[in-house]
Amino acid sequence: MSLDPVILALITIVGAATPLLLAALGEAVVEKSGVLNLGVEGMMLVGAVAAFATAVGTGSSTLALLAAALAGAAMALLFGFLTLTLLTSQVASGLALTIFGIGLSALIGSPYVGTPLERLARLKVPGLSDLPVVGPLLFSHDVLVYFGLAMVPVIAWFLNRSRAGLVLRAVGDNHEAAHAIGYPVIRIRYMAVLFGGMMAGLGGAYLSLAYTPMWIEQMTAGRGWIALALVVFAAWRPVGILIGAYLFGGVTILQLHAQGGAMIDIASQYLSMLPYIATIVVLTLMSSGAARRRLQAPACLGRPFHPTA
Amino acid sequence: MSKSRLLRTTLAALAVSALAAAGAQAQEDPTKVGFVYVGPVGDHGWTYRHDVGRQAIDAAFGDKVKTSYVENVSEGPDAERVIRQLAADGHNLIFTTSFGFMNATVKVAKQFPDVKFEHATGYKRADNLSTYAARFYEGRSVIGTIAGHLTKSNTIGYIGSFPIPEVIRGINAFTIAMRKVNPDAEVKVVWVNSWYDPGKEADAAKTLIDQGADIISQHTDSPAPLQVAEERGVLAFGQASDMAKFAPKAQLTAIVDHWDEYYVERTKAVMDGSWESADVWYGLKQGMVEMAPYGPGVPADVAAAADAVKQGIIDGSIHPFAGPINNQAGEQVVAEGETVSDEDLLKMDWYVEGVQGTIPK
Amino acid sequence: MIRLVPRSEPSAAWTYLAPVFAVALTVAAGFVLFALMGYDPVETLYHFFVSPLSSRYGVAELVVKATPLVLIGVGLSIGFRAGVWNIGAEGQLTLGAIFGGGLAIWLHDSESILLLPAMVVFGALGGALWAAIPALLKTRFNVNEILTSLMLTYVATLLLSALVHGPWRDPEGFNFPESRLFPDAGTMPILLDGTRLHLGALLAVVAVGVAWFILSKTLLGFQVKVVGAAPRAARFAGFSQARMVWFSMLLGGGLAGIAGLSEVAGPIGQLVPEISPGYGFTAIIVAFLGRLHPLGVLFAGLLMALSYLGGENAQIAVGLPTAVTGVFQGLLLFFVLAADLLVRYRIAFGSSPEAKAA
Repeated sequence: MSLDPVILALITIVGAATPLLLAALGEAVVEKSGVLNLGVEGMMLVGAVAAFATAVGTGSSTLALLAAALAGAAMALLFGFLTLTLLTSQVASGLALTIFGIGLSALIGSPYVGTPLERLARLKVPGLSDLPVVGPLLFSHDVLVYFGLAMVPVIAWFLNRSRAGLVLRAVGDNHEAAHAIGYPVIRIRYMAVLFGGMMAGLGGAYLSLAYTPMWIEQMTAGRGWIALALVVFAAWRPVGILIGAYLFGGVTILQLHAQGGAMIDIASQYLSMLPYIATIVVLTLMSSGAARRRLQAPACLGRPFHPTA
Repeated sequence: MSKSRLLRTTLAALAVSALAAAGAQAQEDPTKVGFVYVGPVGDHGWTYRHDVGRQAIDAAFGDKVKTSYVENVSEGPDAERVIRQLAADGHNLIFTTSFGFMNATVKVAKQFPDVKFEHATGYKRADNLSTYAARFYEGRSVIGTIAGHLTKSNTIGYIGSFPIPEVIRGINAFTIAMRKVNPDAEVKVVWVNSWYDPGKEADAAKTLIDQGADIISQHTDSPAPLQVAEERGVLAFGQASDMAKFAPKAQLTAIVDHWDEYYVERTKAVMDGSWESADVWYGLKQGMVEMAPYGPGVPADVAAAADAVKQGIIDGSIHPFAGPINNQAGEQVVAEGETVSDEDLLKMDWYVEGVQGTIPK
Repeated sequence: MIRLVPRSEPSAAWTYLAPVFAVALTVAAGFVLFALMGYDPVETLYHFFVSPLSSRYGVAELVVKATPLVLIGVGLSIGFRAGVWNIGAEGQLTLGAIFGGGLAIWLHDSESILLLPAMVVFGALGGALWAAIPALLKTRFNVNEILTSLMLTYVATLLLSALVHGPWRDPEGFNFPESRLFPDAGTMPILLDGTRLHLGALLAVVAVGVAWFILSKTLLGFQVKVVGAAPRAARFAGFSQARMVWFSMLLGGGLAGIAGLSEVAGPIGQLVPEISPGYGFTAIIVAFLGRLHPLGVLFAGLLMALSYLGGENAQIAVGLPTAVTGVFQGLLLFFVLAADLLVRYRIAFGSSPEAKAA
């Protein structure tokens, strides 16, 4: 096998992994603060439609990305108001947010069905982009791909090294103690939830601006759920999310290649199962060693907090 | 809501005669026509095209007909309730537009003998239940011809949704026509196991191109594969709608679902009392299957060859499944001078020679 | 400044008033939403909430729609109480349908009255077996059940697809993706003539009763509550966390499996590629709307079912698109969830020492 098809497949994997990476990174920060937002799918959809509508309306991809982040954050704010201020069940509110987001995005998007859009520009680095192998593989992507990759070390540093990240984790691990020390638990969680919404919105924008530049209803097709699973897969670590997103995207593309090459003579449905099964198997192999991993799950995940409770 | 003026005028004659026949009673009680959709009207594919057909009824009959629809109806237990609700609500004619609605439609049709039902792509009929489907495979012959002429790598990528007879029939019709003009060309099939996931369709298109395909054909609904083709500089065919907007250079042509005239005709039949149960399988000839205008990638001689196939199918001189046809093992399964019967087409579950991969049993 | 003051104990009055209050808010919000969208708000609301219930058939349909939601919701609520996050009920439902439905396909000539009971048992087994995978991985390898149960849902759906597109196709069905119809002996009996109300509804009611009994009258139920509310205390008391995981998963999976079986042996009558419009996920909302209490789940299931029926009705009658229905359903859920606050907290005005900290 020559190098070229491998390189091409790798580029395809980057596309499949990016929306998952963006949304999952945001959700990891949310969950680290002790909040479980199952509404990622809904936030992604609203982000996707906001980005598309803005791009069509203004022609500016910068504004489109901004709109996606704001729309995702607006959805997250609604979720935050319900779960943090009104102390509703996080699991149920997140699912309700998804139902709401599917409806809202379809409503906003209905005039845009069938509208074409120029793909989000690929950034060209003079000289580097034209290199034989490295050029197309590393230096020919759009801003969201680089943004997602750049956020991995940034969020890892934030969570593990920065003071703010330490406070965030303290809030997620023991909100009573954090409150007692004087940290504003609710405010910190609001900020985390808003950040998660922005990232989910951008993940949606990647779909409607770059991956498949169009708007059709429910175009996320379950990617919000995969993103949620990847956070768990990664044990809430950004690097783990990066690995998980590329593993999942990679196996997805690999099974398509296996089909196209007519290499394996079984029903395609069984091949389509592979990304899901691979994720379970890899997680099991990684988990089996360790009680260590239990420590990674924020202890207060999903528990409501009221300062006087 | 904006309605097509063009359609309004072309259908005006139909409408006038319908009104005359319907008489005074219809003036008070509009004929009610209901639609059950499997997807959202915003899918830009299968459901979207049916809804365009519904709007054609609105345009043709104005106040004399009231149409309504229920979208996103699951093919599971919900279908029967929705269909029954439409019948109980006084609809005179109900179109159920997905194969999975078949048994639910049969059940409700029994309970409402005075209501007329039309089920798309099924095979169970009754006195008040028609079936209708389009011979999309005729369009596949046309695009197969184009692909055979234009491929340089002799590899065509074909994105399938699910391995059902409708899709397999399309793959075979495409391959037969392609190999008539280019016996060396082969078709690679990738199943995405979804009707509705643009991201996965795009991935499948990229994969097929990476494996050497220089033309992409699809039996899924979204324009995503065309967008990929446009970006990667290969050629492709659209599905359900003319998708040239999404791929002005890459789209060679598209197979367009065109239900408008059929829906108007059947509505008119209910209004004037001439509706009868039927088994309709229309194709290019009746205009239920249409070809979008050729894109810039189709040279004049190839366009002429494609037009000849299209014209041959319309006038009956060409049958997309005329022998000799070999199966994948190279054995002749349809002899020279014979054609595959409609019943065998309906349940087709084998590949012809030139398709890579197998259909698991 | 508005603030929330916790009640020393849940308000009995608000336990019942809160849902009423939420519905009132929903109606008000719906009025505004529908009017803004250009639909007659009164008529639309009527079609949403009243007309689905205005006939015997309509009420029966409501129960048919609520049946799987309640069956699954009851099982999940026990797991959620014990802190076990099974979000893969959709997959367990699918496996229940495959196991129970597979039996009906295999014995398609059977006229035995034992066929249906056997199918129910197989359905429960299928669901429980699928849930046993996350349970095993959780207890043995410490693998998080959120991921495994969710991923297995996709695997289950693809498995069903492979079966009905392949070996389980109806031999007389022109190779279309559906199984043969189940024999009469393998079909849920209809409880009310002229409707689709089937035996599954009775199973759901039984499940509610059994769950209530377990939770309030047995040591096992007590353990569930303790493990969920105070895991550390439970460990000191010697309650096994692993046992809780197994119990919650098998119960939730088994009930989801029965739900799947009762759908295919009830209103569907055969195996088809799509047997559930996401009941396994909707049931998670139902469990929480019902405050994780079996009776609450019953009412929540009915409310949720009504919102679906109402959406369909409003679309038929006034042409309300499903997009608006989705937004409205979301609002309904937000209000019901938020109103629950009033059960546990009262609203006070003016500032307080705590307000500064928050």
